[in-house]
This record gives sequence, C-alpha cells and structure tokens, in this order.
Amino acid sequence: MAVSLRRVQTGHRRRRPGLRRQARLLPVVPAVVLLLVFLAGPVLWAFHASFTNAALTGRNARNPGWIGFDNYARLLSDPMLPLSLGLTVLFVGGSAIVGQNLLGLTLAVLMRRARRPVAAVVGTAVVAAWVLPEIVAAFAAYAYFSRDGTLNQLLGGLGLGQTDWLYSFPLVAILLANIWRGTAFSMLVYRAALSDIPGEVTEAALMDGAGGWQRLAFITIPMIRGSIATNLMLITLQTLAVFTLIWVMTAGGPANASTTLPVLAYLEAFKFGDIGYGTAVASVLILIGLVFGAAYVRLLREDKP
Amino acid sequence: MGRALKITSLIAAAGFVLTACSAASPEAETRTLKVAYQKTDSFTALDTLFQAAKQEFEAANQGVTVALEPIQANDDDYGTKLALALRSPSTAPDVFYEDTFKVRSDVDAGYLLKLDSHLEGWEDWDTFDDGAKAAGLGDDGGTYAVPLGTDTRGIWYNKKVLTAAGVSVPWEPRTWQDILDTARKIKASDATVVPFNMYAGKATGEGTVMQSFYELLYGTGSELYDADAKKWVVGSPGFTDSLGFLKTLYDEKLAVSPAEALDANVWKKVFGEWLPEGKLGATVEGSYTPSFWQKGGSYEWAEYGQDMGVTAFPTQNGQAPGGVSMSGGWTLAVGAETKNPDLAFEFLATALNQKNSLAFNVASSQIAVRKDVAADSGYQAANPFVKDVSELVAVTHYRPATAEYPRISAAVQEATEAVITGAKSPEQAAADYDTAVKGIVGEAKTVAK
Repeated sequence: MAVSLRRVQTGHRRRRPGLRRQARLLPVVPAVVLLLVFLAGPVLWAFHASFTNAALTGRNARNPGWIGFDNYARLLSDPMLPLSLGLTVLFVGGSAIVGQNLLGLTLAVLMRRARRPVAAVVGTAVVAAWVLPEIVAAFAAYAYFSRDGTLNQLLGGLGLGQTDWLYSFPLVAILLANIWRGTAFSMLVYRAALSDIPGEVTEAALMDGAGGWQRLAFITIPMIRGSIATNLMLITLQTLAVFTLIWVMTAGGPANASTTLPVLAYLEAFKFGDIGYGTAVASVLILIGLVFGAAYVRLLREDKP
Repeated sequence: MGRALKITSLIAAAGFVLTACSAASPEAETRTLKVAYQKTDSFTALDTLFQAAKQEFEAANQGVTVALEPIQANDDDYGTKLALALRSPSTAPDVFYEDTFKVRSDVDAGYLLKLDSHLEGWEDWDTFDDGAKAAGLGDDGGTYAVPLGTDTRGIWYNKKVLTAAGVSVPWEPRTWQDILDTARKIKASDATVVPFNMYAGKATGEGTVMQSFYELLYGTGSELYDADAKKWVVGSPGFTDSLGFLKTLYDEKLAVSPAEALDANVWKKVFGEWLPEGKLGATVEGSYTPSFWQKGGSYEWAEYGQDMGVTAFPTQNGQAPGGVSMSGGWTLAVGAETKNPDLAFEFLATALNQKNSLAFNVASSQIAVRKDVAADSGYQAANPFVKDVSELVAVTHYRPATAEYPRISAAVQEATEAVITGAKSPEQAAADYDTAVKGIVGEAKTVAK
C-alpha cells in the first residue's frame, strides 16, 4: 500500500515536472503583470510616440502620424541636446556618483566609530531629508537657496553678502539639494553592508599592522563591492529621473542652465505640446538608464565567485 | 530564470526614469455634465460663477447633475491638464474654460464642438460685442467658443512714488524716451525704489510677452505675425529695438535685477509688496490688476484707487495711434465628444447670462463683452479704472492664435532672457530668434520685413 502510493507519487512527479515549476511561478504573476502594465507599458508607449508627430493640440492631436526617425534627427541637430546631456552628466556624476555615494560611505564609516547618541542624531538628520516627499524637499531647498532664503540670511549674519544662488549657480544649488536629499539612501545601504563585515577580518588586518586607510582600501571596500555596485545603480537611475526638485527650484533656468534631460522632455512635451519630440527625449533618457543599468548588472555578476 | 529576473529589473529600473500618467474613471451617468475650469488661491471668481450656474441650472433641469471639476493650476499648467483631458473622450469635460489663444489649435485638434446651430437660437448672443465674438472663431469661420470677458494692458503707476520724484501726475508718457526719462528721475531721487518694471525671461511665461515685449514690439510698427500672408515676421528692426529697450532698462538698473525678473513669483511681489509699499514706480500689467487689490482680492489694498494711476503704453516715437495694448481673455467651450450637446450648451448659456457675467466681470476685473453688462452701473463702478482700461480696447492687439504660437512665444521669452542677463546683445538675440522661428515653422512660413 505504502509502496504503491509512493510509486504513484513519483510517477506523478516524473510525468509533470514542468507544471510544478510553472505553478511555483504563479504567485509572481500579479507582480509581473503589474510591472508590465504600469512600467513596461508606458515605456513602450513612449518609444512608439517618439516616432510620431503626436501633439497636445492642433491637427495632430487626435490622429498622430508616423514620421519615422524625424524626431530623433531633429534632436541630434538641436543645440539643446549637448547642453542638456552635459548638464545631466554633471548632475548625475556630481550629486549621485560622487556626492551621495561618497558622503553616504563616509557617514556610514564614521558612524561605526561615533558614540551612540552622535550616531543617532546624525542618522536622524540625514534620514529626515529622505523621508520628506520630493515636492516638500524641493520647496525646502527652494526656500533655503532663494534670494531671501535661509542660506542668504545665514551668510548675511556673517557679513558675507547676498548671492542669488538659484540664478548665479543654479547647477550647484540643485546638486547640493540632491545630495542633501539622497545621501540617506547610500548611508543606509553602506551601514547595512559594513555591519556584515566579520569582525575577525578587520582584526586580522589590524594584527598585520594595517592603518585606517589601508583597512578601508584593502578590506572594507573590496568586501562591500557588491553593495557599492547596487547602490550606484539605484542612485544613478534615481538621479537621472529627478524632475520635481529641479522644476521647483529653477524650472530649468536661468537661460537653460539647469535643463537636464527630464526637464527638457517635460518642456517639449507639455509646455510646447510636442509630445512626439518630448517622448523622443525621454526615450534617449531611458536608453541612458538602460546602459547604466546593464553596466552595473555586469559589475554585480563579475562580483560573484 | 536569472535572465528573466535581470530583464524585469532592467525594465523596473527604466520605469524609474519615465513616470506613467493615470487615467480617470469613465463617466458614470449620461445625464451628468462635467465642467472643467481653473481655480487657484488667488483666482476664485470662476469657481463662484460655476457654483451659481450649477444651482440655477440644476433647479431648472430636474435629473441633471453638474459635476464641477476645478483644476488647481497656473495658466500654463491648466492648459496642459485640460489638453490631456481632452485627448480622450472618456476624460473630456462637457463644458470647459478655454484660453482664447488656444481656441484655433484646439478646433484643429477636433476638441471643440461647433456652436453655430445653438447660437442661432440663443437671443443673448446679439448682446455680445462683435470684436469679442471673433475670439471664438475657428479657421473655418464657425464659432466654437463664447467669450467670458477680455482684458487690456497698460502702465500702472504709483502716484506717490512719481510725485516724490517730481513727476507730475496724471503721467502720460508719449514715447519710449519719456519712460526712460521718468525712470531715471525716480532712480535719481530715491535709489531704493525700482522705477519701472517690465517682465522678461522664461520664468514669467506669457506674462513676459503679453505684459512687456509685445507692448514694445507692436509700438514700433512691427508685428510678430503677418496675419494676411499667414507668415511669421523675422529680421524686423522693431524686434531688435524692443530688445534694446529692455536692455537699457535692465542695464541701467531701472528695472528689477535680472535674478528677480527670472523668479516665476516676481509678479506676486509686484502686486503684493512693491506697489502697495511704494517700492516700485510703475509696471506694465493687465486690466485685471484691481482684482488683486479690491476687497476679497489676494493682496487687499484699500488705497489703491487713490494711489495708483493707469495710462496707455506709448509707441516707440509717439507715432499713431499713440498707444499699445495687448488683449487676451478666456471663453467657455463645449467638448466635441459630449453626449449631451444641447444640455451642455444650455449650461454654457446659463453661466454666461447677464447676471452671472456681471458678477464674474466685476469679481475678476474683466472687461465686459456683453453690452448689457458693460452698460450696467454696478459694472462701471466696480473699480476706479474700468473706464480707463476699457478705452485701451481701441489700441489693442491679439496674439496670433496658431498651433505654433507657444513655441514662438518661448523663443521670444528666451531672447529677452538672453538680453537682460547680458548673455547676448539685442542684435545677436534677434538673429537667434530668427533662426529659431525658421526652425519652428520652416523658412517658407517666414517673411522678412
């Protein structure tokens, strides 16, 4: 009886291994469907729209026509593209890859050594900016950097005069604002990664006479390489997409001095009503994001033994 | 499996970059009229109008619900949100508030219902001013929108500031030079006062062109668009001269600093702080200006009637007709896809009847387009400037209402920004504008004059 039952079971398992595996994927299906509908859907729609002359109003609003690569050809000859690309690279490089990443790592390393209350206060202060909704953070940053803002009042108190930060140094202002807002994420990732480093390893290095910098360079950083790559990928993509912060603070101005690709895409699609051209800009942005994503995914794979 | 995960995560990552738009739920009942309009903290007159019209209409039409859908946004964003809603029949409102300069391109897009057959049976239509009726015309000559009111633009000056500087009031500048002379006089008498504000740059959007650049341009005898030839004007000396005037104003610090000019909120300071506090000599603004200062306005200022004066913006050298104004204004329109065109038009007619038009024109300091409203004593006494600004209708101009206009306007704004920040000379900025225009509409649709 017992034997025959087992035979039936094994026979059953042998006959339909694919079905079991597929059944195991079932719980993932809703998530995948949601991703496809709400993430892949708009991306595909944007790609499609970028090959049309879709517009908000006018003759092509309801029945856009297929115009092939015209939008892309126009984009390549648009003097705004190199400017906007350059600004985007500076913004992402400066505020994410250098700013948030290094500052987050530094904070995480220092907080391991700091006294508990100090670490708690610093941690709360940094995370507070991350907790704020983007629009609130953007207004806070605008209020801080604007002409009558906090920064100028502080500088005025020191007798350093008034600078129109958002006008004279718009890129610096949005860089600093984004570093302020986003550092918490890197800090949290690195704190988690650092706490995973076994104490023995650091101890052994200490015994061998490694100094603080040597331990950081040869022990800590190699051991958290995976976290660094993951963190870089996430903050790069997040920063590529930053729109609200820039829109509220400078709206891309003055004289386009802070028009990154997302701002340019918005301006073209909604301010000028040229949805086709705007989505072409957005598609370029997606491509850049994909390239970064692929590069980091590769980095992660090489990391594994 | 690993590959699928990777692809999924890449797609998810790309999703970070592009945010999706959301769709609204479809209409639940057929006998519901959706009404879309603009409402902001400082602009509630329209909300009041529609609330009143809704009550009146629902009482007269049993079983019909009017769903008011105010959109909280500035003019630019309102236009965008409305256009997005109009793109799909399931989200398109039945009746909506429409900017006059968007009427033609939205007719082109097929968003607006032709109203000719409805207007024939509406006796009130005869009371509308003929000039104002033209604002609702499509390219085919049909009427697609009914005007709510119009506006004009002139120079608003603070009499106290001018008198303190030794300028006699009423002030009536005849030429651009008169403006500069007066501004220099104010500057010399009190360096802390901003003598003369004219908007510039992209931050103030349409304000830059409607309340500044076009007053200059149309006063040189030049124009933006040759309406007869349907071509955009390039290479005009008037364009360069206008930029030159702005340059003088900003370079000599007779206007606000470029940094202040490029703050999108500068107009709030003009109305809310500088003029009431006597820190600004004069500004170019619209006939709706008193709506900010009168009782219930966003910057109540009891003495504005005595302290402020209004005058026409002069032509370059005082040439005929001696003044320049720009006009815009808003209309009500019916959505092309509405399921109840008759009801929708009836609601539009209720909202625009004599009583409601009067209340709206008074509350928002609009120039009336209904003759029976214009003749009403309540309207004429609404604020001390009704007569002055209404007279500017004689010298007013309208924006070219074509689909390319928003882009051309942006190019003009960019030219002013480049000049006041010192990035380009007026000649360079004008040449770059010409290139931009040719790029936007194509060389064939431009004319040099």
